[in-house]
Amino acid sequence: MAGYHVNWALAFSYLPMFIDGLFLGLGIAALSLVVGSAIGITAGALSLGRSSLVRWLVRAYVEVVRNVPILLWAYIVYYALPHLGVRVLNNVASFVLALAIYAGAYLTEIFRSGLASIPERYGEAGRAMGLTSWQRIRLITLPLMFRIVLPSLTNSFISLFKDTSVAAALAVPEITYAATYVNINTFRILESWTIASVIYLVVGYGLAFAFRAFERRYRMVT
Amino acid sequence: METVFHWLPTLGGGFALTASIAVQVVILSTFIGIAGGLILLYGPLPLRLLVRAYVDFTRGIPVLVLIFAIYYVPSGFNVSLDAQTAAVVAIGVFAGAQVSEIVRGGIGSLPAGQLEAGKAMGLTSLQRFRLIVVPLALPRMMPPWTNTAVEIIKGSALASLIGVTEFLYQTQAAVGTTFEPIPFYLFAAAVYFVCAFGLSQASHVIERRYQYLEQ
Repeated sequence: MAGYHVNWALAFSYLPMFIDGLFLGLGIAALSLVVGSAIGITAGALSLGRSSLVRWLVRAYVEVVRNVPILLWAYIVYYALPHLGVRVLNNVASFVLALAIYAGAYLTEIFRSGLASIPERYGEAGRAMGLTSWQRIRLITLPLMFRIVLPSLTNSFISLFKDTSVAAALAVPEITYAATYVNINTFRILESWTIASVIYLVVGYGLAFAFRAFERRYRMVT
Repeated sequence: METVFHWLPTLGGGFALTASIAVQVVILSTFIGIAGGLILLYGPLPLRLLVRAYVDFTRGIPVLVLIFAIYYVPSGFNVSLDAQTAAVVAIGVFAGAQVSEIVRGGIGSLPAGQLEAGKAMGLTSLQRFRLIVVPLALPRMMPPWTNTAVEIIKGSALASLIGVTEFLYQTQAAVGTTFEPIPFYLFAAAVYFVCAFGLSQASHVIERRYQYLEQ
């Protein structure tokens, strides 16, 4: 090929940067999933409640968040929140918050349908056993719900992991940022993007494979 | 809000570019998806494996990485690809993989009885495709296809990161100049919301219109 000499050695010398980026990306995805799940469980439960105003507010949150690009949410949290007096967040924390809000909208739908699909007889059985309403939530509803939504949660984690690439726009040193850095500083263009792609593919499909085994173990048998 | 008003011509130009990118990508990905989906269903094994590899490979990589890779890699081989073309190709390739799966799933999930009935009536395979498969599968594909279109609109914002002067790029330019992020981001979020949400609502209306095709 005209004038391009592949030099894997040079690109590979930056491998530690990619690996650090990988762990940062996984960490951001995990944290966003946890915070997003907290939002999702709350909003999902609220959307099954009686108040139509609350249901409408949850609906509005879900639709507004899902129909705006994640990059814009990242900018809003990172650049606009300080103007509102929230001045605590560095780029990593900003992106985690943005991704959590974004994930929360998708997770609301997941948890809402998970909660709605728990057969009523389980709650009734709990009541017949004399469990208090908090005990029923803790011992019946939550464990059942998590088993029902587990496959959706693991899928969300993988897709959040891919979304962490957008954090490169805030100079968060994850995989995509590492690839951009190597690309610009060494001109190992082909190599840097190949390494980044391979990491995303191997980790993404590897996790999917591992999660399938995990899900089989906790599958609901009804 | 007054500053947003001053910037409207610039933002409008950016929006026009976003709209143009989105339309191009939707067309490109629909063509890729129809071809890819049909190959996944009916193609000869080697071709099928090739398309399967394309679909799984593309869906395992973040769109942003595809955008950067398709923009930067050709420059290493002295081929210059302008940023807008790179963005259209990258997002198109990504969405094309999704549409391939939608087409495969939409046709593959049709009840076998319908096709057997067609066969029993003596329809040729082309007639069965035209008269049974297409009219039954299209309404099924509509909701996921609309989802992909919404993903395309949102994904087009990533083109700003390779310097395409689309809507989010111009929004960032306005924020960088005026130091007033809040009105501009609110405006941008409202615009994206109206487009993406409007599109999915419109598709719901069309879906309901064709619902009678499903038994």
